Amino acid sequence: MAVLVVAEHDAGVLKPATLNAAAAGGEIAKAAGSEVHVLVAGKGCGPVAAEAAKIAGIAKVLVADDAAYDHGLAENLAPLLVKLAAGYTHLLAPATTAGKNLMPRVAALLDVMQISDISAVVSADTFVRPIYAGNALATVQSKDAIKVITVRGTAFPPVEAGGANAPVEPVESTGDSGLSHFVKAELSKSERPELTSARVIISGGRGMQSGDNFHLLESVADKLGAAVGASRAAVDAGFVPNDYQVGQTGKIVAPELYIAVGISGAIQHLAGMKDSKVIVAINKDEEAPIFQIADYGLVGDLFKVIPELDEELAKRQQ
Amino acid sequence: MKALVAVKRVVDYNVKVRVKADHTGVETANVKMSMNPFDEISVEEALRLREAGTVEEVIAVSLGVQQCQETIRTALAMGADRGVLVQTDVELQPLAVAKLLKAVIEKEGPEIVIIGKQAIDDDCNQTGQMLAALLGWPQATFASKLTISGGDAEVTREVDGGLETIAYKLPLIVTTDLRLNEPRYASLPNIMKAKKKPIVTMTPEELGVDVTPRLVTLKVEEPAKRQGGVKVGSVAELVDKLKLEARVI
Repeated sequence: MAVLVVAEHDAGVLKPATLNAAAAGGEIAKAAGSEVHVLVAGKGCGPVAAEAAKIAGIAKVLVADDAAYDHGLAENLAPLLVKLAAGYTHLLAPATTAGKNLMPRVAALLDVMQISDISAVVSADTFVRPIYAGNALATVQSKDAIKVITVRGTAFPPVEAGGANAPVEPVESTGDSGLSHFVKAELSKSERPELTSARVIISGGRGMQSGDNFHLLESVADKLGAAVGASRAAVDAGFVPNDYQVGQTGKIVAPELYIAVGISGAIQHLAGMKDSKVIVAINKDEEAPIFQIADYGLVGDLFKVIPELDEELAKRQQ
Repeated sequence: MKALVAVKRVVDYNVKVRVKADHTGVETANVKMSMNPFDEISVEEALRLREAGTVEEVIAVSLGVQQCQETIRTALAMGADRGVLVQTDVELQPLAVAKLLKAVIEKEGPEIVIIGKQAIDDDCNQTGQMLAALLGWPQATFASKLTISGGDAEVTREVDGGLETIAYKLPLIVTTDLRLNEPRYASLPNIMKAKKKPIVTMTPEELGVDVTPRLVTLKVEEPAKRQGGVKVGSVAELVDKLKLEARVI
């Protein structure tokens, strides 16, 4: 018996969230005295399987290559996981939109309760997970035979992407359910790093006043190699798309440096970024709750401060 | 066709929750309770489908303690036609909720079921997907746009990289994301009218569902508090601190 981690990939590239989930898988396997396998399911996903085989600490890669697994439709993937589950004690996936979509469907088909968004492994059946927007941490024990788990990426430092050479084994497809089919994707195109794996993030809130003003943040982001994020207030106001959203119901991030600009600091936003290593807050309201958790606070009008910061960074880069 | 929405009674999103001194959970006594915000979006979407003539009737279901009636009344005041309460004092986990909803759905026969993507108390994000699995239906999770025509639905989904559009066969489970719509407020006349709308109460036993929790909560703790730092006086000072003290740029 072993631990199975569902790899996340897109356009032939393994997503970094897989490495965080593999790290959690490694901790569980150590506690259970077993090993970690990775499942790569998709269409033409051979190159991704080869990449997955190099992940440090992986004993085996299963590859299910079929058009039915293109675009990660849960209706088609869940039966595959259910079929494979007989050989595993734990099924894991990153707590990304793909993992959150797929794993509860698998859990219900296996008649087990999923353990969502774990932030620590206590033992092979006991895990810590945040509840109430991270305002409480629950330690929960599963009584189910198979543990279906999603992993909070920021809580588990990624394992090395290279070094190993695990065997790759094809598995048979479970076919197309006929319940759903992919129509189109409109993915945000950006030269900047992804929010969930960026080393530096600069986020804007309601104080940005408009979507156009986000170019101020983008200019700073480019000098720092940063990703650009937003609070729910900025998304609700239509300044930026939803995939910018950091918070309880958006993305959970923990970069080395998080710069919050014009963000007051509602608990729902803090839930998404309070594990960042260093937090900077820039806000004109010195009473804003964000200052209570910021390492460095600067009280001022962002429309003056951000251009100044941009200039200062440019000057020092010369 | 009929639409069914599930509405959960949760600690209001404005309440700063406190962990109980004995570490068994969070304090919910004398705390303001409200409908889960994502469920308000579900109710709104179902009402819009009815107003568009796609749906004839909207049924609001809640599961849990007797006070969940109030949450159903809120949905009825928004405009839902009638309510179903599955009443129990047992802690309901998503798998049990999905099984109970399946039983209600088999009685009521809706072709579209709309559920919030996540409850803001346990943050599980499971129930809709589990319900779809148990019914053998497709699942349109994290929806930001829903179009129904004939026996099919097209749903735009909020995914990590942007948006994705998927076509589904009805019957369908939809879970709602923030940008699907803006829920309406209940007007006073509608709040009065809602008091006369019927709510049927049943129990897990009557529905033949075992709701025994599968996860045991061993303890609930407060996370480590993050200490506030210093205020800096200028941009130059901030950049100095980030470079020399924190060494992050």
